[in-house]
Amino acid sequence: MPQIPGRQPGPPLPTPRGPLSRAVLHALRTSGMPGGTEAAGEATDPWGEDLQLALYMLYELHYRGFEAVDEELEWSPELLTLRRALEHRYLAALRASVPAADMTQALDGLLDEPARGEPPSLSDHLARHGTLADLREYAAMRSLYHLKEADPHAWVIPRLTGTAKAAMVAVEFDEFGAGRAEDIHARLFADLMEDLGLDSTYGRYLEQAPATMLASVNLMSLFGLHRSLRGALAGHFAHVETTSSPASRRLAAALRRVGAGAAAVRFYAEHVEADAVHEQVVRHQVVGGLLEEEPELAADVAFGIGATALVEDRFAERTLSHWQEGGSALRGPVLPV
Amino acid sequence: MHSGRDAITGSDRVRTTRRVWAEEDGPLLVEGPVEFRLADGTSVVSDRFVVAVCTCRRSAAYPWCDTTHRHLQRRQDADSGRTEGS
Repeated sequence: MPQIPGRQPGPPLPTPRGPLSRAVLHALRTSGMPGGTEAAGEATDPWGEDLQLALYMLYELHYRGFEAVDEELEWSPELLTLRRALEHRYLAALRASVPAADMTQALDGLLDEPARGEPPSLSDHLARHGTLADLREYAAMRSLYHLKEADPHAWVIPRLTGTAKAAMVAVEFDEFGAGRAEDIHARLFADLMEDLGLDSTYGRYLEQAPATMLASVNLMSLFGLHRSLRGALAGHFAHVETTSSPASRRLAAALRRVGAGAAAVRFYAEHVEADAVHEQVVRHQVVGGLLEEEPELAADVAFGIGATALVEDRFAERTLSHWQEGGSALRGPVLPV
Repeated sequence: MHSGRDAITGSDRVRTTRRVWAEEDGPLLVEGPVEFRLADGTSVVSDRFVVAVCTCRRSAAYPWCDTTHRHLQRRQDADSGRTEGS
């Protein structure tokens, strides 16, 4: 494809993982109709590799797109129709698995860390036993989000007003480097990846990312792109910002322990302090402000918190089980050293 | 927050109110940027839009909050629970 000077061509398309992702891939390559998508029905596992990759590719059209794929396909009615069907499957699976909870209890529950005897969190495991190889795999998988950190949340801004809007924009301003390109959190994560000898090119590790990681990013895109899910997006953001500070402290310790460089440690060290602030602002001003204006959204906020906890638990469980069996948590080849 | 030269009077001695609020059992939140003078006479600066100042004095990032107060709060809750139960 002829490249326009100064423009990034976008990441290459991944290989398909089943009939749905194959149909999306074909439609993106040929700018044609997504045929053969009968599998969007009940037959396909909503948590599986095929559906999550198909959904991920459709969402990616709203972020950076793909190499040699027409940018206008973002608004293709056929692809949006398919996206809607996949979103319904995913949302139904989430609603079936997330227990109804009281919003205040759900928020307060985020402050509790696993007690003794409970299975360790992923960051706990990495802090105590993580090897450099584990941390590189973790960073490669998480790069699907961190290289577009805070982008999915920016879509909620026009749907907020007053206190919630002002506070959301303030936190996003911090995420986007407070006016300094070199401090954009996605840039700090790219620095971390380079320090760990990983390729920080956007989309580089999509091929290796398992469905549990795709589901985590798809959740943010789902909540961010739908105005009707603005309460869930606020709950999701509260979950992320509240659990991030202590987890970042453990990940910074893990990286120091394996001898990673200053740039790698900086990403998580920055998040210890930043997210101690963001937690307070998101809980009290974003969530608090939204519910003052629209108190009927409390159940959606609780759903957003519960859905995020579920998706992150699934990612942690799968990753830990692969590592504990002595294997790689990535799909496909292990990262070259 | 507004600072710098006053557009009407030309004075650069313009000061505006800085909002500070406290979270129950949590940090003190101060609109940034903040210069914090430590007991040893040195200063640390944070130019974040809001700065969370540690009030439990247990933060590993003192004077900035690192959420360590959550552990302390839980321990106190556990202790008081035991007292009530005995």
